[in-house]
Amino acid sequence: MNEMTKIETTLKDWESDQEVRWCPGCGDYAILKAVQRTLPQIGADPANTVFVSGIGCSSRFPYYIESYGFHTIHGRAPAFATGIKLANPELDVWLVTGDGDGMSIGGNHTMHLLRRNLNCQIMLFNNEIYGLTKGQYSPTSRVGTTSPSTPMGSVDRPLSPCAFALGVNARFVARAFDVSKNLPEVLKAAHAHKGAAFVEIFQNCIVYNKDVFNDFAAPKGAEDQQLWLEDGQPMVFAKGARGIALDLDTLSLKVVDVVDGDWQGAGVLVHNVTNRAIAHMLVEMPFGPFPMALGVLYDDPRPTFEESVLEQNARAAEGKELDLARLLAKGQTWTVEG
Amino acid sequence: MASVAEDRPADSMMEGSTPEAVVVRFAGDSGDGMQLTGGQFTLSTALAGNDLATFPDFPAEIRAPQGTLFGVSAFQINFGSTAIETAGDAPDVLVAMNPAALKTNLAALKPGGLIIADTGEFNRRNLDKAKYDASPLEDGSLAKWDVLAFDISALTVEAVKPFGLGNKEALRCKNMWTLGLALWMFDRPRDPIYNWLRGKFAKSPELADANIAALDAGHAYGETAELAGPLKKLHIDPVESEPGLYRTITGAEAVSLGLVAGAQLARLPMFFGGYPITPASAILHNLVKMKEFGVTTFQAEDEIAAICSAIGASYAGQLGVTSSSGPGIALKGEAMGLAIMTELPLVIVNSQRGGPSTGLPTKTEQSDLYQAVFGRNGDAPMPVIAARSPADAFECAVEACRIATQYMTPVMLLTDGYIGNAAEPWKVPDPADFAPFPVSFLQEKNHGDQLLPFARDEKGARPWVKPGTPGLMHRIGGIEKNPGTGNIDYSPEAHQTMTEARRDKVLGVANSIPDQEVCLGEASGRMAVVGWGSTFGPIHQAVRRARRRGVDVAHIHIRHIWPLPKNLGELLKGYDHVLVPEMNTGQLKTVLRDQYLVDAKPLNKVSGQPFTIAEIEAAIEGALA
Repeated sequence: MNEMTKIETTLKDWESDQEVRWCPGCGDYAILKAVQRTLPQIGADPANTVFVSGIGCSSRFPYYIESYGFHTIHGRAPAFATGIKLANPELDVWLVTGDGDGMSIGGNHTMHLLRRNLNCQIMLFNNEIYGLTKGQYSPTSRVGTTSPSTPMGSVDRPLSPCAFALGVNARFVARAFDVSKNLPEVLKAAHAHKGAAFVEIFQNCIVYNKDVFNDFAAPKGAEDQQLWLEDGQPMVFAKGARGIALDLDTLSLKVVDVVDGDWQGAGVLVHNVTNRAIAHMLVEMPFGPFPMALGVLYDDPRPTFEESVLEQNARAAEGKELDLARLLAKGQTWTVEG
Repeated sequence: MASVAEDRPADSMMEGSTPEAVVVRFAGDSGDGMQLTGGQFTLSTALAGNDLATFPDFPAEIRAPQGTLFGVSAFQINFGSTAIETAGDAPDVLVAMNPAALKTNLAALKPGGLIIADTGEFNRRNLDKAKYDASPLEDGSLAKWDVLAFDISALTVEAVKPFGLGNKEALRCKNMWTLGLALWMFDRPRDPIYNWLRGKFAKSPELADANIAALDAGHAYGETAELAGPLKKLHIDPVESEPGLYRTITGAEAVSLGLVAGAQLARLPMFFGGYPITPASAILHNLVKMKEFGVTTFQAEDEIAAICSAIGASYAGQLGVTSSSGPGIALKGEAMGLAIMTELPLVIVNSQRGGPSTGLPTKTEQSDLYQAVFGRNGDAPMPVIAARSPADAFECAVEACRIATQYMTPVMLLTDGYIGNAAEPWKVPDPADFAPFPVSFLQEKNHGDQLLPFARDEKGARPWVKPGTPGLMHRIGGIEKNPGTGNIDYSPEAHQTMTEARRDKVLGVANSIPDQEVCLGEASGRMAVVGWGSTFGPIHQAVRRARRRGVDVAHIHIRHIWPLPKNLGELLKGYDHVLVPEMNTGQLKTVLRDQYLVDAKPLNKVSGQPFTIAEIEAAIEGALA
């Protein structure tokens, strides 16, 4: 986020005049609405906001937001965003990417943007499939995913985008899903974080990978499988009946029952967004035996890349005269007399 | 070029005591400091008022095994009292610091030339490494040259004895001893080298003193030894130059300064995204020292991120620049297409090297012309400019900035490894002599109450709209777009119209460039030798020599590779023969044949070494025979 003057806008002000062209029922619609609902709440200025995307279904996103938008090339949005922020750090930059765009062809750029800590928000729409190219498996697809390129099922093991982000030194990692009512809150937290804020959003591809997140993200009935994390609050789920505790023998997380609300007695952990070690464990929890960890998993700011670059620029320029003629004549010179 | 003495020959020669030009090659092990020796000799020579050209030739390995043939590093300088445009065909003097250096450089040495060799290094071990059965200094195999062999190693160790250095450190002063001797031979001042050594070794003055002692000892050796035979002092008169302030400059320095000047003339801050690659990294290294001119540098994670970040910066309102060499340029191809499609300014510098693939990283070639003009998917037109020499690279960089910002287009600037590394005297330009081309950003809607980001001005350029400007929010991207609004538009009409608009805009750049001139000879006749890039020097000298013998031949040098100057087709049709020497297998030749249906004939060299004057002269003779 930026230190910015808050602007009064409504959801309508953030709708562009372009017809939205995702498949009917696509999870992207819900995310678009959540973003358009969030932007007025944070007082964002359309003239000062830039959405940058790569290629894929998710990357059409900028066309539908009434702000500045740059639909770039496959996987490279983080590199464009880096140039944009270094050229004008006042701009509020949002990246929109997907599991193929951000974790496969653009994995390298995602890694370096996060490690450099460029001040921007990254929304990675994870639908575990390549939608725009008609359904090939992606680096987040589960083993055994059948697709046009893997008719006998995929054999390579998937990665977890949040584990990747933490691994490359991201200072803000959060998770949500498309139809969740909590998505705007997560986006607000991402925007409030100064530095690279990485948000994985599980998104339902109703054509090529329908309902693969239903066990925890179905519109109804999956709430018990959601662990919504909140700083300073106990890690409880299933209406408070269960919680996450630390097994001191194996130094790993375990699910415990909470009887009569006595989470302390059950040894349930209190979420601390600056605890990097626990954050690593939360993103690695296997879904099934464990619930899905959602919300802000980790948030511990550090100086941003563009701040540090511009501070060096200013230091290099300190007390120096802008004299091009002198620059050209630098070094040892000699004069030929006329 | 520093010289105005256009009509005088610049052939190197040693006859008499005041030759007009001399070619000296310093060759040694990569650890012997030959590039430093050459660089300092160059500076001293420039300060003595000679025109000069240099050719650093070094291996790709940082520290190749000592004494080996592939570990030899050489630095050639051609300097004289007349115009110098090449590093010289054949050295008059070869300084060989070890047997490998002698072996790899001997073939180039002019018959009757002088070999200076360090006998201290001609031991059995080094002779074996250089694959000599017997010492060439003793077996008579060097009979057609003058040989001056003495134990430079021992003389150096002796000279630096008072400073208490270890043997290894003492021997490292050898290059300065040799430089001292060379300075004596050519009557060059030692003061600039003293100053440089004191600066370089400011933290360890004893090393500065030792090196100075070695330098003085080498100089004194020439002075007092009064050797009978080949070693004699030669004086090269200063060249007749235009009055003014001069310095030496390498191509990489000139490109960097030209980019900074270009951004200043456009009144823009500049953003440079780069990734380390030989021989282009020097531009990044230079620009990091110019931050006070509004330059932001960014070492990206790869070549793709380097160009994408530069395009992002241009989108946000700065002048985006990226630089690389062939393999990196290949990686940038898709992003160039986006810059063409979104019509954003961008300068891409390609310091060409031998290819394909990794090719010859430290050797020169000009084989990326096709890549520059045609090397992208789709109909993706882009202006291309090529520099002919280190000094010329300055103006070319300014020109690239002008075209990029005035036409809202990426522009490629071609240099090569030779231009990038070589040095020559440069008459320091006055920034006031360059017409500024300030950029203006769109501040309000340009079509009533509507914004048309892809409306065009009389040059075919679209407006530059910076994010952050109130009321002008819009979206751009790589998908084909509506000719006015820029919204996604896949319709047949939109693609036809936009493809033609992009093509016509780039072709229209020809309206803003000078007509093609003939740089030597008449505007029609028997033969034109047409070149581009760093072959300028050898072509120019070869044509000059041929003309002196009465051959009807002209030299045409093309700076604007795409679009080509408007009169070029007509001009070429005025000659019976068109010869195109190139350090590739015939790329400009193909473009000229395609554009003008002229019977351009190729002359090609792809050995990683520049053309010699003699090679081009022979081709002229051959074609007209």
